[in-house]
Amino acid sequence: MGNLFANYGEAVAMILFVIGFANLLLHKNLIKKIIGLNIMDSAIYLFLAQKGYIAGRGVPIVTDGVQSVEAYINPIPSGLVLTGIVVSVSVSALMLSLTIRLYRRYHTLDLDEISTLLKKEGV
Amino acid sequence: MSKLKSREEYEKTGSFRFWRWLDGRRDPYVGQVEMKPQTPVETPELTIRERLRDSQAVRDKVYDIENNKSLNFFHRVYVLAAIVYCVGLAVILLAMVAYLPPTGEADRPVNNEVSARYIESGLQETGAVNIVTGMILDYRAFDTFGESNVLFAATTTVLILLHRKKKNQDGRVEELENDRLLEPKRDAILQGSATVLVPIIILFGIYVILNGHLSPGGGFSGGAVIGAGLILYLSAFGFERAEKLFTEKLYKTVSFAALTTYCLAKSYSFFTGANHLESHIPLGTPGAILSSGLIFVLNICVGMVVACTMYTFYVMFRKGDF
Amino acid sequence: MTVFQCVLFGFLIVCAVSVSFSKNLLNSVLIYMSFSLVMSIVWVTLQSPDLAITEAAVGAGITSLLFFATLKKIHAINTRREQEKKDVFQGLNEKNVGEEVSRRE
Repeated sequence: MGNLFANYGEAVAMILFVIGFANLLLHKNLIKKIIGLNIMDSAIYLFLAQKGYIAGRGVPIVTDGVQSVEAYINPIPSGLVLTGIVVSVSVSALMLSLTIRLYRRYHTLDLDEISTLLKKEGV
Repeated sequence: MSKLKSREEYEKTGSFRFWRWLDGRRDPYVGQVEMKPQTPVETPELTIRERLRDSQAVRDKVYDIENNKSLNFFHRVYVLAAIVYCVGLAVILLAMVAYLPPTGEADRPVNNEVSARYIESGLQETGAVNIVTGMILDYRAFDTFGESNVLFAATTTVLILLHRKKKNQDGRVEELENDRLLEPKRDAILQGSATVLVPIIILFGIYVILNGHLSPGGGFSGGAVIGAGLILYLSAFGFERAEKLFTEKLYKTVSFAALTTYCLAKSYSFFTGANHLESHIPLGTPGAILSSGLIFVLNICVGMVVACTMYTFYVMFRKGDF
Repeated sequence: MTVFQCVLFGFLIVCAVSVSFSKNLLNSVLIYMSFSLVMSIVWVTLQSPDLAITEAAVGAGITSLLFFATLKKIHAINTRREQEKKDVFQGLNEKNVGEEVSRRE
């Protein structure tokens, strides 16, 4: 149980990850599944940003010419997460457009109904 | 056509008739067989009702999930397994977190010499006051280039999936798909607030992009803000006015120009840097708006790509056409 | 800052759980939108304002707009006229089937 309460931010990120994963597994509705995947994305970003955070240090923007490591937090996770957030929106746009195509074909969003219809069609 | 005979003589020969028959230029049965106009097939109303009822019965049978035994059994096992798996995953991950070094301390393996290098000599090497922007657009610029291409590829895929032709043969289908018929056309409150807000939002986006190397923000966030402003303009004033501003040609031109500029500029800078040549790109004084060399240009490129991507996503989702 | 962060984290978990328990799709999308907004405040407390701006513009703004557009396309948001049309169609269908069944019998 060592650092579980000291690392409460990371613990919350992991719990969010599991909640999103449960959403993805247990819901039959495709929209809910996509929201679950987005929550998993956010959890991973939260974990990465927690890794780069150092208590008592400031935003990685050079102020007053101070350029020592002691003044700023780690900038690398911020850069990684910044690119990740923008990619996640394109991923969710892609998934939503696939959902619209599925709805146009089968007129339902329930995965069970879609799979039974597929069986009837003999695919 | 033969060159040895004149046209009249040639038309009397058998080969002419054979070729004419083969090409299908003349129907041999015209004038020989009595033709009757086809009567339109009338479906009796009873058949339509039967079909309706049959399709309803098929639907009932297909959607009869409650009585499908194999599906029910699978569901019970699946839900149980999923819950057990999720709980197990949560326990394993939380145990992992318990063994991690505490958050917020400086002497951790994450804070190694790489981040120290970025912080200590980032300002001299890239000229950007914002260390994050200096990192993602100078040290790791190809990474960001790949990501801009990911955005472009996502837009292309959404275009393929949701694109619809402007002239639909079946007008009824278009009417059903067109959800704009149901929304208010000239909403006074929305238009009034959009008139005030849209210029401010777009101006703020431009400010965020241009100050990306000095303050928080940059191409990604500023581009998203500009895209949101364009979407607000679109939903307030309708597609007719927005189409005057933003067309498919503009999207193609802007994305292509921005991606090409990014690729060429960064290739030049990496090429000269790898060969120990002078790149002749002035870094300027740190803190000035026209400083930090290529980062200023790259921010604008990324911002344009992101803004176009966001707007195109929305337009494709709403209408399926520019 | 610790208490503030704990409150925000608690809000995040409540939002994530209530997304899966809400019956209405529109409700769950709205809850996800507020999840993103709280996330952008968390970024500020973690000293990353770049992420906060991006998350507020992308996560809370554009992702939710795309979700709303999708819900409109899949007719999960019922306008009054669509609902009326649906009711009329269903009524016709049932009447027809019932008549047909009674005639055959």
